[in-house]
Amino acid sequence: MAMSQTKRVLTPVENTPTEIAVSARNITKNYGAVEALKDLTLEFPRGQLTSLLGPSGCGKTTLLKIIAGLLKTTSGEVEVNGKAVTGPGPNRAFVFQDFALLPWATVLRNVAFGLELRGVARSEREARAEKYIKDVGLAGFEQSYPHELSGGMRQRVGLARALSVDAQVLLMDEPFSAVDEQTRRKFQEDLLSLVQNENKTFIFVTHSIEEAVYVSDQIAILLPRPSRVSEVIRPSGFRNKGIDNIRRDPEYLDIVDNIWASLRSYVE
Amino acid sequence: MYVFGYRLPGLSSLLIWGLLWEIVGRAELTFFVPPLSEVLRTLVAIIGTPPFIKALSETAYAFSGGVFAAIVIGVPLGILMGRSRLLDELLLPWANMFLSAPLTALVPVLMVLFGFGMKAIIITTALFAIWIIILNSRAGVRQINRSLVEMAHSFGASPVDAFFKIYFWAALPEILGGVRIGIIRAVKGVIIGQLLISIVGFGALFELYSANFLMAHFWAVLLVLFALAFSISEFLAYLERKVAYYAAKR
Ligand SMILES: Nc1ncnc2c1ncn2[C@@H]1O[C@H](COP(=O)(O)OP(=O)(O)O)[C@@H](O)[C@H]1O
Ligand SMILES: [Mg+2]
Repeated sequence: MAMSQTKRVLTPVENTPTEIAVSARNITKNYGAVEALKDLTLEFPRGQLTSLLGPSGCGKTTLLKIIAGLLKTTSGEVEVNGKAVTGPGPNRAFVFQDFALLPWATVLRNVAFGLELRGVARSEREARAEKYIKDVGLAGFEQSYPHELSGGMRQRVGLARALSVDAQVLLMDEPFSAVDEQTRRKFQEDLLSLVQNENKTFIFVTHSIEEAVYVSDQIAILLPRPSRVSEVIRPSGFRNKGIDNIRRDPEYLDIVDNIWASLRSYVE
Repeated sequence: MYVFGYRLPGLSSLLIWGLLWEIVGRAELTFFVPPLSEVLRTLVAIIGTPPFIKALSETAYAFSGGVFAAIVIGVPLGILMGRSRLLDELLLPWANMFLSAPLTALVPVLMVLFGFGMKAIIITTALFAIWIIILNSRAGVRQINRSLVEMAHSFGASPVDAFFKIYFWAALPEILGGVRIGIIRAVKGVIIGQLLISIVGFGALFELYSANFLMAHFWAVLLVLFALAFSISEFLAYLERKVAYYAAKR
């Protein structure tokens, strides 16, 4: 019922086939006896933002780390630009839920750290880092240390670090879950313009239905273990009506309701 | 310290103990404790004399050799133990045992193995210092935030990069704490080495002075030794404070 209604609402307006940047095929992942993912298949169109949405513990982080090359699959494989993933690579960058900043390094060095590990010369990597520090709105904080910043500012550092290596695919694991509500809304708006302006593929993990619908071109709903994709939703109508109108667009509200209807039974 | 509401400068408690020492010394209760003033006069007299300089440099040589070895071996070993389950299970029982073992009892064995020279003294010194350095470095690595390691890995860090750019710095507060305690233990080690293995350095001076009942000389050298150990340990405590800003937030 809910499904058919969702489909009606979500029929894409334009049906242009998009290129696939990342594809996950028949991924199974077991942690010992725990089946975290079972035979999961999902494709991520280039230049778009795909959300992985589902209750905690359903394997979102696991899938993201498999795509990042940080975890090995039990079976199945991930391809990025048609090449199988065997480990981390320069075409992907990760934004961590807990920021993962070096507490002993300045904002400048933290942002440049990805480039430092890739062997970019100091003057060049600092110049690039400075540009991205400005882009994420942290100009003036180059010499600050992470413990001197608020949670929102720290995640901006994490984001600038991921952007500065100029990877085609950005993997974000609940990047906004540790920041306050106002900052979070600002982040969501910034993320939308980032998706528009940078020609990158975003894979975005969240457990917030509203957040997923607000920022995504495509939402994959994962159900609890052993989890697989239960539904893929592609909102299309409200994306170009301006960010201020999204939250009261009827399509937005319908999708939020429908997702809740299909997830409700899994929440005790 | 406050007396009648007045704040006394730091170390002023030392003045009271110094005064007490002087009184006990003047009272001539025991030949073992000469007045502090006499000890200080002797100190000024012997400092700078060739035998003292020789003792100081011999001791400094053995001490720094032993401490250097303990740090260069202990820190990487501790970090590796913190990272590798296998290495940890192999070495942890030994490290714990030697940490609390009466190492002095091992010195004769070292003499048999390494002879009666400087080498055995340096090894004794290192042996006193290394265990706490290993264990602290290990503890420092084990509390590291997993996502820092994953972050480095995801940006393509080689194992060497991860070691020097992540593990070392993340463990640095604990490493410095271990080195500080290790150095205090090394002072003990070097003097025991110089007394038991071959009579050189400050050990020789202690031996000479106590055998001839030159108590003022004896205490003077002891004071120098305390002062040296105290300054090194304070210097490391200062370094520890410099990294304390992130110790609580890793
Ligand atoms: N290292 C691990 N060892 C064992 N089980 C794990 C490990 N990591 C995750 N799991 C389990 O796998 C499931 C999925 O975890 P995760 O991917 O973190 O979910 P999510 O990010 O959706 O909250 C959870 O049930 C979790 O308990
Ligand atoms: Mg997660």
